[in-house]
Amino acid sequence: MKFQALFGASALALAAVLTASPVTAASVSISCGAVGQELELCREAADAWANKTGNEVVVVSTPNSTTERLALYQQLLAAGADDIDVFQIDVIWPGILGSHFIDLAPYSVGAEKEHFSSIIENNTVEGKLVAMPWFTDAGVLYYRSDLLEKHGEDVPQTWEEMTATAKKIQDAERAEGNDGMWGFVFQGKAYEGLTCDALEWIDAYGGGTIVNAEGDVTVNNESALAALKVAGSWVGNIAPEGVLNYAEEEARGVFQSGNAVFMRNWPYAWALGNSVDSPVKGKIGVTALPKGGSDGKHTGTLGGWQLAVSKYSKNPEVAADLVMYLTSYDEQKRRAVKGAYNPTIAALYEDQEVLEANPFFGELYDTFVNAVARPSRVTGTTYNQVSNEFWNETHAVLSGTKSPEDALSDLERSLKRMSRRGW
Amino acid sequence: MSVAAASASELTRARVRSAWIFLTPMMIVLALVAGWPLIRTIYFAFTDANLSALDNTRFIGLANFLEYYEGEWYGLLVDPDWWNAVWNTIWFTVVSVALETVFGMIVALTLNTAFKGRGYLRAAILIPWAIPTIVSAKMWGWMLHDQFGILNEILMGIGIISQPIAWTASPDTAMWAVIMVDVWKTTPFMALLILAGLQILPTDCYEAAKVDGIHPVRVFFKVTLPLIRPALVVALIFRGLDALRIFDLIYVLTSNSRETMTMSVYARQQLVDFQEVGYGSAASTMLFMIIAVLVVLTLTVGKVRLGEDAK
Amino acid sequence: MSAKRFIGRIAFWALLIAIAVFAVFPFYYAILSSFRSGSQLFTASILPGHIDFRNYISVFTEQPFGRNILNSVVVAFTVVAISLFLGLTAAYALGRVQFAGRGLLLLTILSVSMFPQVAVLSGMFELIRTLGIYNSLPGLILSNLILTLPFTVWVLTTFMRELPKELEEAAYVDGASPWTVVSRIFMPLMWPAMVTTGLLAFIAAWNEFLFALTFTLSAEQRTVPVAIALLSGASQFELPWGNIMAASVIVTVPVVVLVLIFQRRIVSGLTAGAVKG
Repeated sequence: MKFQALFGASALALAAVLTASPVTAASVSISCGAVGQELELCREAADAWANKTGNEVVVVSTPNSTTERLALYQQLLAAGADDIDVFQIDVIWPGILGSHFIDLAPYSVGAEKEHFSSIIENNTVEGKLVAMPWFTDAGVLYYRSDLLEKHGEDVPQTWEEMTATAKKIQDAERAEGNDGMWGFVFQGKAYEGLTCDALEWIDAYGGGTIVNAEGDVTVNNESALAALKVAGSWVGNIAPEGVLNYAEEEARGVFQSGNAVFMRNWPYAWALGNSVDSPVKGKIGVTALPKGGSDGKHTGTLGGWQLAVSKYSKNPEVAADLVMYLTSYDEQKRRAVKGAYNPTIAALYEDQEVLEANPFFGELYDTFVNAVARPSRVTGTTYNQVSNEFWNETHAVLSGTKSPEDALSDLERSLKRMSRRGW
Repeated sequence: MSVAAASASELTRARVRSAWIFLTPMMIVLALVAGWPLIRTIYFAFTDANLSALDNTRFIGLANFLEYYEGEWYGLLVDPDWWNAVWNTIWFTVVSVALETVFGMIVALTLNTAFKGRGYLRAAILIPWAIPTIVSAKMWGWMLHDQFGILNEILMGIGIISQPIAWTASPDTAMWAVIMVDVWKTTPFMALLILAGLQILPTDCYEAAKVDGIHPVRVFFKVTLPLIRPALVVALIFRGLDALRIFDLIYVLTSNSRETMTMSVYARQQLVDFQEVGYGSAASTMLFMIIAVLVVLTLTVGKVRLGEDAK
Repeated sequence: MSAKRFIGRIAFWALLIAIAVFAVFPFYYAILSSFRSGSQLFTASILPGHIDFRNYISVFTEQPFGRNILNSVVVAFTVVAISLFLGLTAAYALGRVQFAGRGLLLLTILSVSMFPQVAVLSGMFELIRTLGIYNSLPGLILSNLILTLPFTVWVLTTFMRELPKELEEAAYVDGASPWTVVSRIFMPLMWPAMVTTGLLAFIAAWNEFLFALTFTLSAEQRTVPVAIALLSGASQFELPWGNIMAASVIVTVPVVVLVLIFQRRIVSGLTAGAVKG
C-alpha cells in the first residue's frame, strides 16, 4: 500500500511537470551565450527588440562548450525541430549546418556590406547568406610588459624571436628563484583550439590552410614543416608539459597567476587579466601573433560567432528581423563598449567610444580584418573530421611521439583518404 | 489424487498466465526504451546515414565495416583509430578491474576484521562511490591540474617529484590518471561486493585453520579465495561490463585525446562530433558484439549459472 | 604484547588511515576549493584558509540551480518508482514461475544492460521527439529507465527466488489471486530488497549525464550533473572552478547522506542480491 502511495505521488509530480511548460505561438526563441555577461548582453538586446516590435523573445541558454553546443544544434536541426528559431553559430559551422538555415540576403538588404568581407564570404554557402556576423575573434599574443622591460627585450616579431626571448626570460627568472616561471603557454589540448593555434603557426610561415579553397590537401609542404619544427621544440623547453591538456582557460590561469611570459589567446583574456584581483594587472600587453621567420606574416585564426535563422522556424521573417537588429551598428557598439566583443563592422573600429573602452582594438585592426579562416567552408560537413586529424597529428608532434615529417605525411594521407569521393 | 493433480496443473497454468500478464508492462517499456533504439542503431550500421542529411540515407551493406575502393581498404576494421580505441579499452578494463579487485579485496578483508571505528571507515569508503561521475571527474581534473593541482603540490612537497607532472596531458600518464580516478571511484563497490561474499563464509574452517597454526596468507589462498570465487566472478562481470563501456569519466577528464580514447568515446565522436550516424552506429554495434562475446566467455570460464537453475 | 604483534598493529592502523585518506581526501579538497574564490583558487594548499560563501551564492543566482535540483529529484524518484513497480511484478514472474523461455528472457534483459549508452543515443532521440517529450522531464524519465530497469529486474528476481515456496502455496490454497500474492505476501518480505535496489537506481538516475545532456535544451529543464558540466564563467572560455566545486558539494552531500543512512542496507542488499548469481 505504501508503495502504491509512493507511486501515486510521483505520478502526480510527473503530471504537474508535464503541464508546466508554457510556450506561446507568437514568440521567437534565440540561443545566445550560456551564462554570465554574454547571456546578459544578449537578453538585454533581445528585450529591447521585443519592446520595439511587440514580439516576444525567449532566450534559450545552450551548452557553453562549443562541441556540446554543435552536437545539440545538429540533433535539433536534423530532427527539423522548431524549438530554436535563431541560432548563434561558430564561424566554422556555416559549412556544417548551412543546409538548415534560410538565406538572409532578402532581409539584410545590403547591410552585410558594412561587415568584414572575409566573414561574409565565410558565411555564404552555395550562394546563400546563411548567417550574419555578430562578433569576431582572432588569436593574439599576450606578453608581460614588465618582464620584457626588466630583461631589456623587445616585443618579438617572429616565432623564432619569441622562442628565444621566452627561453631567456624564463631562465633568468628561474635563476632568481621564480621556479614556476614558463616562457609560453597556448592551447595544446587535442581539441578545436589546437587547430586554431597550429593553423596560425603554419599560416605565419606561409604554409596555407591545410586544405585550399579548391579542396586540395595542401598541408604537407616545407613551410608547414618549418612551423611544426619550431612548435615541436616548445613543450618541456619553454612551455610546460601540461600545455598538452590546456584549453583557453588553463592557459589564462597560468599567465594570469604570473607564471608565463607569453600567452596565445583570444581577446577576452584582456579584460580578465586586468581585473581587480589579477596579479598581473597593468603588467600585460597585447600584440599580433609573430611572423614565421622574417619573410612570414602576422596572422591570427578567425573566430567569432554569427546569427542564423532556422528554416524550420514558424516565424522566419520575425526571426530574421531580430537577427538584423542584433547585428546592427548600434547593438554591436553597445556590446563592444560593455563587453569588449569585437565588432564585425569596420566603421566601429574608428568609433571613439569603442576605442576608449578597448584601446588595443585600433592597433590590432589589421589582425582582425586579415584573420585566417579554417578550411570549414570547403570541407563542409567533414570539417570536424579534418580538424580532428589535424589536431591529433599536431598534438603528436608537440608531445614528441611523432616527427613533424611523419605527422604531415600521415595527415596528408588520411585527409586524402577522407576526401576520396570529394568533400 | 488425480483430482489434486488436475487442480495443481490448472494452478500452474493460471500462474504462467498471470506471469505473462505481470511481465508485459516491463517488456513493453523495455522494448520501447531499449529495443527500438537498438534496432535503429543496428539498421544505421548498414547505411551511410549522416545527421546533416538523414533523408538521403542509403543502404550500403557492410561498407561501414570493410570496403574496397580504388585499390585501398576502407572501413572500421582497417581504421587504426578504432583499433587504438579497442586496445585502449581493453587495457583500461584489464588494469583498472585488476587493481580494483586487489584493492577491493584489501579493503574488504580490513573491514571484515573487528576494530574500533569500523562503521566510520565503511562510511568513509562509500563516499567516492556516492559522488556523481561528472563531479568526481571535475574534482580530479582540478586536483591533477599540472600548475594548480594539489597532487603535484603534495608530491613535490615530500620530494617524490621535482617538476610538476601534467597527469592528464602527457601521453605516458594520461591513461594512468584515468585508471587512478576509476580505481578511486569504484573500489568501494568492489569492496562491498567482496565484503558481502566474506560475511556469509562459514567461520568453522577458519577456527580449524587457526588451531592447526596455518599461516593467514595460506588460509586466504586455500580457503577464502575459493569460497568467495562465485561472488568475485559476478563482481568482475559487473565491473568489467562497466569498464568496457566507460565514457563520461574519460570524456570529462581528457576529452577526445588519442591516448585515452575508448570504444564508447570513439563511437560518440563519430556519431555526434562527425555526424556520421552510419559509421558511428557500426562502431556501436561492434562494441556491443565485443562486449557480448567477452561476457559469454567469462560466464563460460567462470561457470556462473544464469536464470536456468531456479528452483 | 610482543614486538612483532606491535608492528603488526601499527601496520594495520597505517593501512586503515591510508584507506580513509584516499577515500575522503578528494571530497575534502572539493569542499576546500568551494570556499575559495578569485586568484586564491590558483594557489594549491591543503589547509583551509579564508572561508568565502560567494561561490555558493553565485551557483544559485547565476542559473536556476534550485530548479535543477528539483528536476533531479523528480526524475530520480519517478524513475525509482516506475523501475521498482515494473521490476517487482516482473521479478515475481521470472523468479517464482516456471515457464518456457524464461532463461532467454533473463539473458535478453542482461544484454540490454550491456549495450553502451552512446549506442542508443540516436534511436532514443528519435523516440523522444516522436513522443513529443523532448526537453521535458518525462523524456529524461523514459530514457533513464534503460539504465535502471534491467538491473532492478535482475536483482529483485534473485531476491524473489530465495523466498520460501511454502508462503505462496499456502496463499494459493486459500484462493488468493497472483496480484494479492505479490502485493500482500511478497511486497512486505521484499521491502528491504526494494530499498536497496531503489537506492541503487536512485543513484544511477541522479548521476546520469549523457541522456540528460542530449535530451534537454533549456536551463530550466536540466538536471544537476548537466548543470554542473555546463557551469561557466562570465565569458565563453572562463571556467569557474570555485562555482563548480560549490555545486559539486551541494549535489554530493544528499547522496552521501543517503548512502551513510542506508549503508547497512546496501551492504546486506548486495550480499543477498547480486552475489548469489
